[in-house]
Amino acid sequence: MVTIRVKVLQDSLVQSSILSYLLRRFGYERCKLFEGDRKHSLETNYEISKQRVGYKPRRDTLPSDYSALGFKCGLEIHQQLMTERKLFCRCPAGLYNDKTDYDAEVVRHMRPTLSELGEYDGTALMEFRTRKTIVYRLKNRTACTYEVDDTPPFKIDRQALEIALRIALMLKTNIVGELHITRKQYLDGSIPTGFQRTGIIGIEGEIPLSNRKVRIIQISLEEDSCREVSDIGHMRTYITDRLGMPLIETVTYPDMTTPDEAAEAGYYLRYLARSSGQVRSGIGAARQDVNVSITGGTRIEIKGVAHIAWIPELTHNEAFRQKALLEIAEQLNLNLDVARWKLIHKNVPPRLLSGFYSMMPDLPASHRLIAVNLPGFKNILSFFTQPRRVFADELSDRLKVIACLEKPNILVSEHCRDELVLSETDLDSLRELLKSRDNDAQVLIWGHEDDIPTAIETIDERCRMAFEGVPNETRKGLPDGTTIFERVLPGADRMYPDTDSAPIPIEDDLIEKLQQDLPPEICDRFEQLREWDVPEDTYEYLLSKNLVPVIERISGECGLTPRFVGCFLGHTLKRLEGCKPWTPGFSYSKIYGLARFVADLGLDNAILKEMLPVVYEHPNIVFDSVLTTIGYSKISREQILSHVPILRQKFNDVCTSKNPNACTDWIMGNLRKMALGNICLAELRAAIDKGVDGD
Amino acid sequence: MPELADVCNLATEKLFAVFSENMGPRQYIELAKAIGKEIKNGIDGIVIGHGTDTMHHTAGALAFMIQNPPVPIVLVGSQRSSDRPSSDAALNLIHATTAAATSDIAEVMVCMFGPTSDEYGLLHRGTRVRKMHSSYRSTFRTIGDIPLAMIERDRITPLTDAYNRRRTDREVKITPFFEERVAMVYYYPNMQPDIIDSLVDNGYRGIVIAGTGLGHVNKPVYPAIERATKKGVAIYMTVQTLWGYVHMFVYDTGRDLMARGIVPAENMLPEVAYVKLGWALGQTDDLDEVRRIMLTPIASEITEREPYNGYLIYQGGVPEVEAFLKKVHK
Repeated sequence: MVTIRVKVLQDSLVQSSILSYLLRRFGYERCKLFEGDRKHSLETNYEISKQRVGYKPRRDTLPSDYSALGFKCGLEIHQQLMTERKLFCRCPAGLYNDKTDYDAEVVRHMRPTLSELGEYDGTALMEFRTRKTIVYRLKNRTACTYEVDDTPPFKIDRQALEIALRIALMLKTNIVGELHITRKQYLDGSIPTGFQRTGIIGIEGEIPLSNRKVRIIQISLEEDSCREVSDIGHMRTYITDRLGMPLIETVTYPDMTTPDEAAEAGYYLRYLARSSGQVRSGIGAARQDVNVSITGGTRIEIKGVAHIAWIPELTHNEAFRQKALLEIAEQLNLNLDVARWKLIHKNVPPRLLSGFYSMMPDLPASHRLIAVNLPGFKNILSFFTQPRRVFADELSDRLKVIACLEKPNILVSEHCRDELVLSETDLDSLRELLKSRDNDAQVLIWGHEDDIPTAIETIDERCRMAFEGVPNETRKGLPDGTTIFERVLPGADRMYPDTDSAPIPIEDDLIEKLQQDLPPEICDRFEQLREWDVPEDTYEYLLSKNLVPVIERISGECGLTPRFVGCFLGHTLKRLEGCKPWTPGFSYSKIYGLARFVADLGLDNAILKEMLPVVYEHPNIVFDSVLTTIGYSKISREQILSHVPILRQKFNDVCTSKNPNACTDWIMGNLRKMALGNICLAELRAAIDKGVDGD
Repeated sequence: MPELADVCNLATEKLFAVFSENMGPRQYIELAKAIGKEIKNGIDGIVIGHGTDTMHHTAGALAFMIQNPPVPIVLVGSQRSSDRPSSDAALNLIHATTAAATSDIAEVMVCMFGPTSDEYGLLHRGTRVRKMHSSYRSTFRTIGDIPLAMIERDRITPLTDAYNRRRTDREVKITPFFEERVAMVYYYPNMQPDIIDSLVDNGYRGIVIAGTGLGHVNKPVYPAIERATKKGVAIYMTVQTLWGYVHMFVYDTGRDLMARGIVPAENMLPEVAYVKLGWALGQTDDLDEVRRIMLTPIASEITEREPYNGYLIYQGGVPEVEAFLKKVHK
């Protein structure tokens, strides 16, 4: 019943007649009028505040707008390395289990520990407040005693170290003389030790973008974390297959001044890593953390961005979210003094709220319903923060993460999105209960009685932070370009030496050996593709898969132009991949073999495009059979051309088209299959055209 | 035992009649040579009846002296004497002969009861097995790994596929060497340096220490260790905990000991490290070569990884473990 009401209200202006029927039918007469009014005025607040912030869609935003905001962005790119084993134990790397396929579970709880400076880390304290039980799923094949933190680390994987050093050299960083493993605390449980083992490999490098250089702060070699299975209430579950896999983290300075530059740097770093030929690809193999700030704002870290293509929208929206929070701070400080500001909360007596209970009739006995009055916060809860998001979402996100109140976890007094809004009757009761004044805002929260104190604290804390502007936090990027609260941003103190590992000397000989065998720079690869006249739409694909060496090999040894091979891979193969993943056994050497086969037989290269789908589907097929499968038979040029006059005659008998090319097109269509491989199609067309002229 | 006739054609040879505590290097060498001869003669599998007390020492020694055997070599014994009707001897022997005759696992193994019930036996790798109970029937346990196979009267179920397969060729390398002046020292709090000094002064060439925790001994012993290694005595560290690896980078103690020349022996069991050191020093005086031999896994005495559940799973026989297995805590 209520669902219908909410749904209809979304479109209430156009569906008012249905609405009044439903409301009559379900007895919401009074609410109808008011909802309508409130929606009108407060939707406007969202719009008004959006204008006040100056939000524009990204396509309408100019570089000068970003510089006016003081937009700054830096990247932390994580890239898994292609090694046989994990970094600090001998388990195989790169094997993934289904998240429900495991041999056993282990339970752990994380406690914050004092840093060497005698302080607790903010994130650690936040995580501790969540009182989470962490469950690790183990599969014997992919986890040993190291993964569950039951044995100290083994010697570092040499293969991983060498790959990391190689990439560090490609980034032109200064390589450290000794690798010191340090511990970086993670209390979210994503690593069972409570810290990640990581070590800086190189510092201070740079990459060239199209119009500037981006400086690299450092590159580190570190172990990957667990994959999250679920996070519900007070239990968070992880699977340990990915845990401990070696990855490199490349950190740039905040040198990027527009969202597009951030993506460009992201792509460059990805191509660079891929060009080593020693990194993993596929879902989750490369992940980005993006740091964004604006003038007056704070460095916000958007974690785990899965696709570089998401970076522009996410950073754009984050910049405006910070702007919005600064506007909110200004607004609040105009009339209120944070030192004297105090929220009021009250238990809501049962049966006071009819609207709420019609929505949540089964609230368990252990749950409490709490009304909170936020003095002076009128028009703040519905203040724009991101597209389709308002300040109330900042509260709701933190309630989910810190107090473990599952969403929906909040109803508010102001109209924003329908699912957040208190019904008018309930609102009246709450205002009366809380003795609210006109300028106040109200929220209603509910949850287990044990979680309520944390929940109230969380609301109080976030509202106080609103007076200051942008709180320090890490956020999670969503596909729609918005972000949600993830954690409090950890302090710098969370790094300390790993006492379990000895420093690892990095010998000059090794550096010299690696230095001699570095792949060409990515900017040179771009240049190379341009020189070859390979179409630009293939660049991203070719570079992200490191296919320039493949093009070189195939074109060099099989008598094909690099342009043809570039299109063959960047168009034909890419299209096939779009339809279906690689069949096991298929590889780039198969493509090389195919090209070699066609070259050796002296066939025209256009036939490759017909043969590839067969080989892609059946990688172990004999190439001769591929020819049979696609219906190729050897026919001489003369024989093919001998069909032209008859076909031309036939065409003239049936032709109705005024298109001057129609005849040639039609004959080509008839002869294509026969011609493929035997004669170059362009040449055939020219011969047919010539015939036309001759007639 | 009439049942054995159904399992295989059996030929028997009596080598020694000794309590197992009286087994030692000379017996290991003789046994290894005798087994080598039988393999060359075309035998399909070997069962060795052995007292249980030092069966794991003998198993370890044979695993080093008989390299890359083409057939199963199974040590077996009993925890209850064969005069009592409830003895485990018969079932163990049936299991062992079944394993030797039909299993695909061509390694030196110990075959004894899995649980205390007359239910199934376990095949343990010779270098990873240890007698863990003074009297229980299922006294033998694989340490730091899972057993190789479960064995019933009519069935062998491998628990892993990481083992050497049976072959038809007769290629086997017998390395029957053993330096007798090797000792094992079980560290205890307040151990005095003279323990080490006296070994050195008595001409011992190798010492295996079973240290505490991750591989530690107390500070007073440091000078004695330094003196020993300077005199060319090979000292290797193992752990009293039996499960787990020696990790000497974690505490200063471990680093200090390594600086004095002690070599961490990964996850070799102390007894296995002892027989391996005797075997290595029997072959060469070159301490670098000894070190190479000691740290190169020959018969899984050093494993790359320890399954997180090695301690619990597949050992059977303990009710709470069985209950755990049934649930797997899912």
